[in-house]
Amino acid sequence: MTGEIIAFAEQREGALKKSAREVVTAAAKVGRELGAGVVAVAFAEGAVEGAGALGCYGATEVLLAGGGGPAACARVLATLARERQARAVLLPASAEGKDIAPRVAALLDAPQASDCVRLRAAAGAIEAVRPVYGGKALWTVRSRAPCFLATLRPNVFTADESLGAALEPVRLAPAGAPAAAATLKEVLAPQGGRRLEVTEADVIVAGGRGMKAPEHFALLEGLAEALGGTVGASRAVVDAGWRPHAEQIGQTGKTVAPTLYVACGISGAIQHLAGMSSSRVIVAINKDPEAPIFKVADYGVVGDVLEVVPALTEEVKKAKAAG
Amino acid sequence: MKLVACVKRVPDTASPVRPAADGRSIDLGGVSFVLNPYDEYAVEECLRIKDARGGEVTVLSASGADASKELRHCLAMGADRAVLVKDAAVDRDARSTAALLAAALKGMPFDIAFFGRQAVDHDNAQVGLIVATLLGLPAVAEVSQVEVGSGAVTVRREAEGGIEVHEVPLPCVLTAQKGLNEPRYASLKGIMKAKKMQIEEMALEIPDSLLDVLRMEPPPPRPQGRVVGEGAAAVPALVRLLRDEAKVL
Ligand SMILES: Cc1cc2nc3c(=O)[nH]c(=O)nc-3n(C[C@H](O)[C@H](O)[C@H](O)COP(=O)(O)OP(=O)(O)OC[C@H]3O[C@@H](n4cnc5c(N)ncnc54)[C@H](O)[C@@H]3O)c2cc1C
Ligand SMILES: Nc1ncnc2c1ncn2[C@@H]1O[C@H](COP(=O)(O)O)[C@@H](O)[C@H]1O
Repeated sequence: MTGEIIAFAEQREGALKKSAREVVTAAAKVGRELGAGVVAVAFAEGAVEGAGALGCYGATEVLLAGGGGPAACARVLATLARERQARAVLLPASAEGKDIAPRVAALLDAPQASDCVRLRAAAGAIEAVRPVYGGKALWTVRSRAPCFLATLRPNVFTADESLGAALEPVRLAPAGAPAAAATLKEVLAPQGGRRLEVTEADVIVAGGRGMKAPEHFALLEGLAEALGGTVGASRAVVDAGWRPHAEQIGQTGKTVAPTLYVACGISGAIQHLAGMSSSRVIVAINKDPEAPIFKVADYGVVGDVLEVVPALTEEVKKAKAAG
Repeated sequence: MKLVACVKRVPDTASPVRPAADGRSIDLGGVSFVLNPYDEYAVEECLRIKDARGGEVTVLSASGADASKELRHCLAMGADRAVLVKDAAVDRDARSTAALLAAALKGMPFDIAFFGRQAVDHDNAQVGLIVATLLGLPAVAEVSQVEVGSGAVTVRREAEGGIEVHEVPLPCVLTAQKGLNEPRYASLKGIMKAKKMQIEEMALEIPDSLLDVLRMEPPPPRPQGRVVGEGAAAVPALVRLLRDEAKVL
């Protein structure tokens, strides 16, 4: 079959990431309108748990390819795209997806739409909608080349497991490594230990200068734990050295779209909003009723974070215990 | 060492962003331009490497508009050369920009070509990696630390799950993440010197953009939120709303 859509199914340590199901579902939904099948590809030396189940999310074929760095993965995806005369290659806009996609685009001489929030079929082609200028505008784009690349913003596309049935994954023959590539020497634990990344979290409790002191972030850790999420930060507190860079959310930090975003003592500067305004539900706690964060918040509490956050943590624990 | 930083002028992040009358491009009214913030980290890193090991720093930009202010800012920081590829189009897709820059770079041998992680206008985050792939060079994106050795650099990159340490043979392409360094201010002496320096212009065959922008629209407004109440007293109501109305608990 040709004219398919190729979906990069991201995995880590042999387990598929949530984005894999989102990307395959998104591919399957436009694929149906265009009459195109979906080839899901996961890169791992060993087995990938749940790979066959990607069929339920709409994959018509599931392939496993050897691991390797982004340059090696890009070569496999580009070769496959050429063989299948693919009309699109979709990846998540995660650190790994963003590292691979442009390399595939270069090999295929195809354009790429980054960080898309919507895909649709129109007049036999795929149109993508993506934020630009830090989320201050949306572009609708279409490729003039036969193939195009798109990375999809995590947590925005909903996975749907009713689009097909489980398949048997097929392993691809190993491909040669690219000539000149970077070598991964080691992976160090991040500052403050390994924790759930803001880009992968379903719930983010973010703190700003209104937290007043770095030690008060323990309150946010407590709330994040009660909610099953992770802690994020504004640039002001990262620049002050209170929190690591990896936690910064916004235009010069991470772009996130969790189900729940709780902004604590964050004013809501335009550069911060750029990174979080596509969150599904936004809660703001700020002592200033005029703070711009309240303009994007679904629910606001005007008050002192040091008083409201501990109360909220207790109330969430109670609610969770009650089921 | 020969170092090149590719830089772009972008709207200041505080500038208003509105679609122009054509419904596809940005209305330039009230928009002021600056050097892309990530490119400042790229330029700074080149200057630091030069300060430590000697060499030459070139800044390279492709622009359809006047980018001399931004290029002079790099010269004032301490760059030795500024090269401008004059482009006919104001906006093009990342792939065609990258093809243009790759062609320009073929004529200027380098050890490291630095890019920003992304240009904060179209937020593509593509150009550096496309250039590297077109030139067949190793590349690491979003580096937050660079150590130059002989014939190779060791870089750190924050990835999901940890900090990756990569060894990259030279020549190579790196893209700069925030946290890589703290860009210097231009000294008065630097500013005066930069005023007198020549910006070299280069003409190149321009590849076509392949990604059409059909529409540019403001983002849909978020539904009007509400203030649940004040202080800790508002917490029970907030939790009830999160559970029963928003269904996120
Ligand atoms: C090029 C550029 C890029 C940028 N990128 C980013 C980015 O990626 N991310 C980012 O976040 N910012 C970014 N910024 C910075 C941004 O403009 C703001 O300066 C920053 O977001 C402010 O952080 P803040 O909200 O923590 O601090 P502030 O703006 O100082 O706000 C603190 C808030 O806390 C409230 N407060 C104070 N005390 C209490 C209390 N006891 N209880 C409750 N509330 C309290 C105050 O009312 C205030 O609203 C960028 C800026 C530029 C120019
Ligand atoms: N027109 C340009 N001229 C020079 N460098 C550019 C240009 N466009 C992008 N770049 C470089 O590529 C990086 C990534 O840009 P982008 O892929 O557009 O987000 C930027 O940070 C710059 O370093």
